[in-house]
Amino acid sequence: MSDDLLFESALSLRERVVSKQISASELTGLFLDRIAKTDATYRAFLLVDRDSALAQARAIDGAIVRGDDVGPLAGVPVAIKDQIVTRGLRTTCASRMLEGFVPPYDATVVDRLRRAGAIIIGKTNQDEFAMGSSTENSAYGPTRNPWDPNRVPGGSSGGSAVAVALRQVPLALGTDTGGSIRQPASLCGVVGLKPTYGRVSRFGAVAFASSLDQIGPFANTVPDTAAIMNVIAGHDPNDSTCVPAAVPDYLSGLDGGIAGIKVGVPREYFVPGMTAGVESAIQAGIDRLRAAGAELVEISLPHTDYCVATYYIIATAEASSNLARYDGVRYGYRAKEPKDLYDMYSRSRDEGFGSEVKRRIMLGTYVLSSGYYDAYYRKAQQVRTLIRQDFDAAFQKVDVIACPVSPVTAFKLGEMVEDPLQMYLMDILTISCNLAGLPGISVPCGFSDNLPVGLQLLAKPLGETVLLRTARAHEMAYPDSARRAG
Amino acid sequence: MKTAYETIIGLEVHAQLKTQSKVFSMCPAKANELPNTLTDVVTLGLPGVLPVLNAQAVRFAVMMGLATHCSIRKVSRFARKHYFYPDLPKGYQISQYDEPLCEHGWIDIDLESGETKRVGITRIHMEEDAGKTIHDADRNESRVDFNRAGVPLIEIVSGPDMRSPDEAVAYLKVLHNILRYLDICDGNMEEGNFRCDANISLRLHGQERFGTKVEIKNINSFRYVHKALVYEQQRQAQFLDDGKTIVQETRLWNSEVNRTESMRSKEDAHDYRYFPDPDLLPLVLTDETLQAIASELPELPDDKRRRFVRDFHLSEYDSAVLTSTPELSRYYDAVLASWGADPKLAANWVSTELLGALAKDGKPIEKTPVSPENLARILHHLSSGSISGKMAKEVFEKVYNEGADPDSVVSTMGGQVSDPEALLAILRDIIANNPAQVEKYRAGKTQLLGFFVGQVMQRTKGKANPTLTNELAIAELNR
Amino acid sequence: MKIDADEVRRIAALSRLALTGAEVERFATQLSSILDYVSKLNELPTEGVEPTSHVMPLSTPLRDDVAARPLTREAALANGPSHDEFAFIVPRVI
Ligand SMILES: [Mg+2]
Ligand SMILES: [Zn+2]
Repeated sequence: MSDDLLFESALSLRERVVSKQISASELTGLFLDRIAKTDATYRAFLLVDRDSALAQARAIDGAIVRGDDVGPLAGVPVAIKDQIVTRGLRTTCASRMLEGFVPPYDATVVDRLRRAGAIIIGKTNQDEFAMGSSTENSAYGPTRNPWDPNRVPGGSSGGSAVAVALRQVPLALGTDTGGSIRQPASLCGVVGLKPTYGRVSRFGAVAFASSLDQIGPFANTVPDTAAIMNVIAGHDPNDSTCVPAAVPDYLSGLDGGIAGIKVGVPREYFVPGMTAGVESAIQAGIDRLRAAGAELVEISLPHTDYCVATYYIIATAEASSNLARYDGVRYGYRAKEPKDLYDMYSRSRDEGFGSEVKRRIMLGTYVLSSGYYDAYYRKAQQVRTLIRQDFDAAFQKVDVIACPVSPVTAFKLGEMVEDPLQMYLMDILTISCNLAGLPGISVPCGFSDNLPVGLQLLAKPLGETVLLRTARAHEMAYPDSARRAG
Repeated sequence: MKTAYETIIGLEVHAQLKTQSKVFSMCPAKANELPNTLTDVVTLGLPGVLPVLNAQAVRFAVMMGLATHCSIRKVSRFARKHYFYPDLPKGYQISQYDEPLCEHGWIDIDLESGETKRVGITRIHMEEDAGKTIHDADRNESRVDFNRAGVPLIEIVSGPDMRSPDEAVAYLKVLHNILRYLDICDGNMEEGNFRCDANISLRLHGQERFGTKVEIKNINSFRYVHKALVYEQQRQAQFLDDGKTIVQETRLWNSEVNRTESMRSKEDAHDYRYFPDPDLLPLVLTDETLQAIASELPELPDDKRRRFVRDFHLSEYDSAVLTSTPELSRYYDAVLASWGADPKLAANWVSTELLGALAKDGKPIEKTPVSPENLARILHHLSSGSISGKMAKEVFEKVYNEGADPDSVVSTMGGQVSDPEALLAILRDIIANNPAQVEKYRAGKTQLLGFFVGQVMQRTKGKANPTLTNELAIAELNR
Repeated sequence: MKIDADEVRRIAALSRLALTGAEVERFATQLSSILDYVSKLNELPTEGVEPTSHVMPLSTPLRDDVAARPLTREAALANGPSHDEFAFIVPRVI
């Protein structure tokens, strides 16, 4: 029975804890053992905080015995991407630059999870500063795909996706700037949601590209995704870009089916280079939506082909600015025996950052530098407007958009490392969602050569309810949802 | 100084706003605390932090914009200005660039010629202060204190409108005074909460194009602003006379050797890479908000000065003196509010007796030993005729030096002699004893009136009512 | 858009990155090819198109001017790579 528990949903585990069928301590112990057993191979975690996790679990158990209100995620272990700060718990963003950095504060989402009774179990691996699509750009080594350890899990939130896929935890948080939740969710066969920009507080999410970053959850089921969204979504006075709108109950919004819902299929998203296996899995997913009563509408998003270029200008410009604070003065890595101040800066940053991060800082500095701003940054922001307008027009006609997440399944470790542009082009199907600030989700919809394929669903801003309901309808009709990785 | 060159000066003033908390976080904003005891995660620019704008800082900035006749943008924006320096926590300063809060204002300054000159305010924008770097001369290292980082600043940029160091200082003093009247900045140059950078260039008289400008930083008193500008004016003139070209550069004022020095460093030519801060949305101000702020503005020095001239018939000079600091004008207002003192009389006493005594002791008005109420009581005794002007000065001195109570001083001194019978008796005695003088007076030498009045004063130890004594003397002598 | 080694060094200095010779060459090639790719945006006419800096049409929220307790000095300095009891230490400025 105990191993089967690992494969239950977070919601069901929470019920067992609250009804005292199992203690939070025992449950946490089970997941910690699972991590201990599997992580040497897959390397999903950068840090597992065993003692603190068990202490948190004991506190929940104590509260339950006292009859206190224990919160909607009581006793449920959650893994946190290392891009998100955790008070007293080393946070490195998988960078040498932040080796040994211990934040004196919790990100708002972490604080909310703690209050909801969740057990913060550890920090997951990722591409350094969330820059990458394979989790190979980690200063602490790559994470491996749970379906084939010779392959990448996707990225940048690869560790969180793998931790959930391997049932090392029932839930995890990631961050998504250009697909960093949805793409690894797709490649690992789990559910991954990028909320509307501003729906979840970014306070405590280490900034990569501030106008694109959002924190979101990984789960094995859509209801679990809704449950954790109920906890982390909502206004935060510490984030000026956080939307003050009330948060609906996403869990109760799942019911009711999708009969009559209009699902748009954008023709531009079936790109050259997409494998036949991916395409047929996506088609099967879309067919399930139709079978569940959705009306399919062919739509066009004419500026799709410009998304990658737009994204790489905006994201790198903002990144070059956000990463200027890593200077070796107040925290983080400092080069040994600097000759002078300039030497301290330039060697600390050169030695502390990996090459993908440096490449993006260079590109971002270039596009913002004197004489180039209008040609690149301003131009990209104008094209961003056109991309948003594509979606505005589409959402006049449809409620949800369905399309692939990634044109390919998980690729082999090391296969793309040397060609950054090729790697950037992998993000082509996930980037628009960030540029337009939309909510997007990846749900498992099939396999190609025994590797999972995710179906991407998008909705209009703050349309998480219809998005999750559509994802739930698909999940109910998907026959392979019980297939286990690892 | 008449030379071939015309001097062009523009000033950039940074004023720290007197808020409780910093501009983008709830970290306390205070001065003179131990290093690094006033920080929080936002101040230190820790990974993951975000800025949230302080409403009071916005209000203060708008007040300054309104007080300097600026137009206030309903939608303004924050931008990031990038450079690396150890006391700049994030590698960028949050500032305003394209769309500053206030623009196109002006203030009037008084020139020594007596004319008034209007100096343009190009813009006033909001930004955050940096920390402080303390240089250790002995060791090869510097120390960084972030207490000041994130304190709200407004940067007030003037037009290139000043034509001499005197004008520049006059402009600075007016700005300073406005900030103090608004009570939004402590205005202490030494402590750095009112800081001035000066741009100065020279051009031939009659020439249209501006010359190459030099920016002078690190000037921390009004006196140094003047000295630095005079020095730089002469340096540039010498350069031009010698046929050399001025290089556009930043120079630092070195007050120990009284000169500006080129600030050479490895820093790249400024490329600040401004772009809109994605962490902050546009600052939007409604008409109602702006009207509410405008209606709460206190009376500004210029308005006060005009009112003093118009309502109290004070001289321009006295009005200017009395409004030269908010503390002084508050003192004057308080004197008037007590005992219904006569405004002109009060103005004279504040600007001559009180300021004279304070100046001798090197004390500011805040440290006056004579409260406005006590001065008003002295003036009350004086204008009711119960003491003479001379006695009033004595009372003032006792109150100033000994902290005495004016009423008791007046009563122990004995009041003024205003009894006509008593004065007549003295007068008659004097007339009887000085027949020669009486003769001369009656022959037409009327200047001798002073002699008789003086004799009465002597006999009464100065307590005789002078007006009454005068009248009685004329009547007796002409009898 | 061709980025040569000098341009790479200029950007590296502005970014405070002490690139080695080999990195300079590699970045010159990679940045050139990325900039070539992004230049496809020039195909699009964008005159009169408002730039999007924020996807949400909101104004910045204002916070009441209330001070909270600051970090202790120990906590503030705790992550500093070089500090004494009072302050962060850096190589001498100027
Ligand atoms: Mg300036
Ligand atoms: Zn400034």
